[in-house]
Amino acid sequence: MNAHVKVPVWVDVGAVTDVPRRGARRVPSPRGDIAIFRTGDGEVFALMDACPHKGGPLSQGIVHGRAVTCPLHSWNIDLASGEAMGADKGKGCTPVVPLEVRDGRLLLSLDVHG
Amino acid sequence: MTKEKLVVIGNGMAGCRAVEEVLKRDPDRYEIAIFGTEPRVNYNRIMLSPVLAGEKSFADIVINDEAWYADNAITLHAGRAVTAVDLEGRKVVAEGGLEVAYDKLILATGSDPFRLPLPGIDLKGVVTFRDLDDVEAMVAASNRPGARAVVIGGGLLGLEAAYGLARRGMAATVVHLMDVLMERQLDESAGFLLREALAERGVETVLGAHSEEIVGADGQVTGLKLKDGRTLPCDLLVMAVGIRPNSTLARNAGLAVNRGVLVDDAMRTSDPAVFAVGECAEHRGNCYGLVAPIWDMCRSLAESMTDGEGAYEGSVLSTRLKVSGVDVFSAGKFSGGEGCEDIVFRDAGRGVYKRVVIEDGKVAGAVLFGDAADGNWYFDLMRSGASVTDIRETLIFGQAITEGLFGLDPNAAVAAMPDTQEICGCNGVCKGAIVGAITAQGLTTLDDVKAVTKASASCGSCTPLVEQVLKLTLGDGFKEQTGPKPMCKCTSKPHSDVRKAIVEWELKSMPAVMQALEWTTPDGCASCRPALNYYLLCAWPSEYRDDKQSRFINERVHANIQKDGTYSVVPRMWGGMTTPDELRAIADVADKFAIPAVKVTGGQRIDLLGVKKDDLPAVWADLNAAGMVSGHAYAKGLRTVKTCVGSDWCRFGTQDSTGLGIRLEKFLWGSWAPAKVKLAVSGCPRNCAEATCKDFGVVCVDSGYEIHIGGAAGLHIQGTQVLTRVATEDEAVWVIAAAMQLYREEGWYLERVYKWMARVGLESIQDKVTDPDQRKALYDRFVFSQRFARLDPWAERVAGRHTEEFTPMSRRMEFVPA
Repeated sequence: MNAHVKVPVWVDVGAVTDVPRRGARRVPSPRGDIAIFRTGDGEVFALMDACPHKGGPLSQGIVHGRAVTCPLHSWNIDLASGEAMGADKGKGCTPVVPLEVRDGRLLLSLDVHG
Repeated sequence: MTKEKLVVIGNGMAGCRAVEEVLKRDPDRYEIAIFGTEPRVNYNRIMLSPVLAGEKSFADIVINDEAWYADNAITLHAGRAVTAVDLEGRKVVAEGGLEVAYDKLILATGSDPFRLPLPGIDLKGVVTFRDLDDVEAMVAASNRPGARAVVIGGGLLGLEAAYGLARRGMAATVVHLMDVLMERQLDESAGFLLREALAERGVETVLGAHSEEIVGADGQVTGLKLKDGRTLPCDLLVMAVGIRPNSTLARNAGLAVNRGVLVDDAMRTSDPAVFAVGECAEHRGNCYGLVAPIWDMCRSLAESMTDGEGAYEGSVLSTRLKVSGVDVFSAGKFSGGEGCEDIVFRDAGRGVYKRVVIEDGKVAGAVLFGDAADGNWYFDLMRSGASVTDIRETLIFGQAITEGLFGLDPNAAVAAMPDTQEICGCNGVCKGAIVGAITAQGLTTLDDVKAVTKASASCGSCTPLVEQVLKLTLGDGFKEQTGPKPMCKCTSKPHSDVRKAIVEWELKSMPAVMQALEWTTPDGCASCRPALNYYLLCAWPSEYRDDKQSRFINERVHANIQKDGTYSVVPRMWGGMTTPDELRAIADVADKFAIPAVKVTGGQRIDLLGVKKDDLPAVWADLNAAGMVSGHAYAKGLRTVKTCVGSDWCRFGTQDSTGLGIRLEKFLWGSWAPAKVKLAVSGCPRNCAEATCKDFGVVCVDSGYEIHIGGAAGLHIQGTQVLTRVATEDEAVWVIAAAMQLYREEGWYLERVYKWMARVGLESIQDKVTDPDQRKALYDRFVFSQRFARLDPWAERVAGRHTEEFTPMSRRMEFVPA
């Protein structure tokens, strides 16, 4: 392969329906695992798979409404912003990973915000 | 002055409405001719559903009868399809060679129902649901006794078709690809209620169903085969999977066409003399299949055809389902989105679910089930983009209450109400009656008021108002009611009420519980969901399907998550006994998967720590191969049964404590409970197995067995109490199984046995497990439940269940430069 060819910015990592409703899947990346969440309403979000508290894998938590509860110490994280919610509000934020849905496919980019 | 010639292709709702709108603005400008493929006058297509259901006749749904065409000097070419449009020559060519010239042409060709390319599509009895001919075919099929129908498509049209057929006496089944009915309009909660309401009306639904083949005999449809192997028998198959804009004529004529005929804001196509409206048109990338946007388009079209102003800028959509007695409304972002906030109201008594979505202080969408009276109000608020910050508190209760109270704080608003104002609509109780009852009878609580006046005793939606009246009347004498603590912030109901309701009202799914008990969130939270999942599983062991997404990770992957995100794995060692072969297998697994730590646990087994999640199924496969199963060291359920060596080896042993421990563990394993359950069996009162600090313990004595309950040795330290004494090993097993079942049925989620015991009292437990009849009933229920529980979750996953849980979704990001 030509070394000068740029890798596409958006990577297709699967179909929206590969992520269970009220669940999450992991996607390993050079920056660490990325967690893709799908809510009961079918919305999808991507965050780095690490709780701002002690790095717990958010992909393993319970998804409810537009939030996930970390499996380690039950922090609630807002899926849209990555911010800790409730009593832990303002104590930390998980980086949001750019995610696009095109024709039912999930596309991720590594241009991580936050 | 000669009139301009206007030709309309399409005698449907859009075509005729466009003409009406033009006539309204300038009745004398055009000489009008309308072509329609159906051999009849213009009728209201969206009312075909009530016609199918037998609730209306064709005459009821005619919009424009023959007189209308005559009065307006419109030439109707009914039953005559236009075959070509000549843009250059400005004329249309119809069947039979008829040519009609135009100055302006309106395309209103509508859409065609989409037909899935399934094998068997051409069999007799396979129909779509589009026009009166389809309805007549369906009605004819329904007249045959015992006829069955399958409808493919659980959207608006499919459901209305199925309902209509059921009304006509057919057994109707809807097959839907998605797992929520009308998923483009409804969220899961509303979809669930709709499914129930349809079932009550004789319409069955099969969700998540992929159609594979339409099967038939002698050219006639006999069934629909699904990908899962099932075949649903039917004599009529209705395909209602969507529509496709009918743009063939436009495309052949050379007009710009994408999905539909492309139009600008004046509804003009790429040829300035030709316009398009309705379902055949594509405006700013959207094709519409609902009636409201079509009316909007027709107005703009008429404006531009009569030199007026009024560009079409697209429509915001709302939907209502036309199934009698099922009130459904949906608009906008009904399921929220980033930065949105939900307000949820449920009224189980009336079967109502309302969800209003707020974004930036404005209504962004709504879904209403069971009471859609305020649908238009929410829709207007949504379209106008008005701020609802000031009325947020009452918004969900609808327009009447909100406008009645606007600008007043709740107290002042209630104080300002006249005595004749009705507070409780269900029972017709006015404010004066409530105040009168409170003062005359010295009522002090909401329950008193409810009991005496019946206000808020039915649907409960006026409870806040009744409470305000009580507050105002009592002044300082008012005390907030304090009751049992609610389960979580999603509900006002305490655990016991929820458990009771699940059993008594036969609630068998999570949406059913949330609706019946009026949850205030769409799908619960991380604290109520696992609890409800357990309560349902406990109440309906043979029927309820475990919801994996409502379990904590440990119970989802059958291992214990560790601080670094790896897992620990503990195979079962029955009664703490093991063999050289098992130990070798464990050692081999630890080597093979480079498991960093191996530890002996307090529960007499071996813990493998630091296993990577992706390795879990392979680790289990090797342990399974050596005969070992999951130790459930992660479960809110039976953990271990610790034993001493008892009379087999020990010189003090009075009974076979090891044997009893193994028997108990083999009987109880796999059972889920409100919290973890640990047992121990000691062979003599020296108690080497430490049975007196376990949830359930047995201390063997010469005369038999002492059964202990309610010990704790964690955060809280507490010795057990003696539940009872029995003479035989069989009795010991019966008592423990009965006590376990009682705890499973009465315990609150996450409430350990000792806490449950403190709450209900030791005596209450003793009474039930020592009374032979009650003990037998509890024992039998436990045995029944165990039929579905004693399965090794590891073996199931090794066999491929939930593999998605253990594998990354994609590895394609690994090679993207960071």
